[in-house]
Amino acid sequence: MRTNGLPRGLVIAALLGSAPIHASPTSPLEIQAGFEAAARETAPDFAGFSNRRGEQFFKARHGGEWACASCHTNNPLVPGTHARTGKRIAALAPSANPKRFSDAGHVDKWFKRNCNDVLDRPCTAQEKGDVLEYLMSLK
Amino acid sequence: MDPSAKRIAFDLSVWTLSLIAAMVLLAHEAMARDFGPAARNDRWQTECGTCHVAYAPRFLPAPAWRRIMSSLDRHFGTDASLDATATSEIGAFLERFAGREGRQASGSRSLRITETGWFLHEHDEVQPAVWRKPEVRSRANCQACHTRAEEGDFRERTLRVPN
Repeated sequence: MRTNGLPRGLVIAALLGSAPIHASPTSPLEIQAGFEAAARETAPDFAGFSNRRGEQFFKARHGGEWACASCHTNNPLVPGTHARTGKRIAALAPSANPKRFSDAGHVDKWFKRNCNDVLDRPCTAQEKGDVLEYLMSLK
Repeated sequence: MDPSAKRIAFDLSVWTLSLIAAMVLLAHEAMARDFGPAARNDRWQTECGTCHVAYAPRFLPAPAWRRIMSSLDRHFGTDASLDATATSEIGAFLERFAGREGRQASGSRSLRITETGWFLHEHDEVQPAVWRKPEVRSRANCQACHTRAEEGDFRERTLRVPN
């Protein structure tokens, strides 16, 4: 195989490095650690995540038609329903549904979409970490 | 009847029967294409099937799917954006198995499957009250009546309209 003179190891390393981020399983705590690192970068006075703040954020309408709870319900331990289509949505709290927050790519994809739908802007790392703190506190 | 007349009568019968058989087969084929289980793709199933039934490619013509796939960040009032790899794989699948051009409402720019001529025609006997039932809720909620919609099966025999 011709590799244009590049060492084979380098080519293999490049291929591995380009693997999609969501290929590796992760945990809610690891995902939250990512939010914390991002929050510290933008806010030097970062003072941790709060499940109370997360719950308020989750249940509030942020000036628009929907809250997170519109589809995920006020009790994220139970399945929700899509506000538009009526399709069932599996429970969001990790204690009720271990698949939740186990795939970083999935988490990024849905925060991007749902924050746009609910807030009409991306969520901050602080907001995402607070919501995750709230969801992890539910048993 | 003389033998040649018998022969002609026999030939005619065979031809007629063959013709009928061919027409039945063709009609069955067309029905299966329009209502039976259809082409599948794992990524399409996962990505399109989370918020609603993964709508079959045959439900819309290729140009409509192209417009849908290029505006996923504004997808019927929600952000359904995908990464570039998923967008191109799903787009190619939808276009490959897309429905006939005439399937979209003529002259309409609507991308809603529920506003296509064929959808309205197929559902013209559904009473308005059925659409308002809490278990139906939306015309997008195929599986409320089409019990095997998730498998792409929309035949009458799998249809159960809630009481």
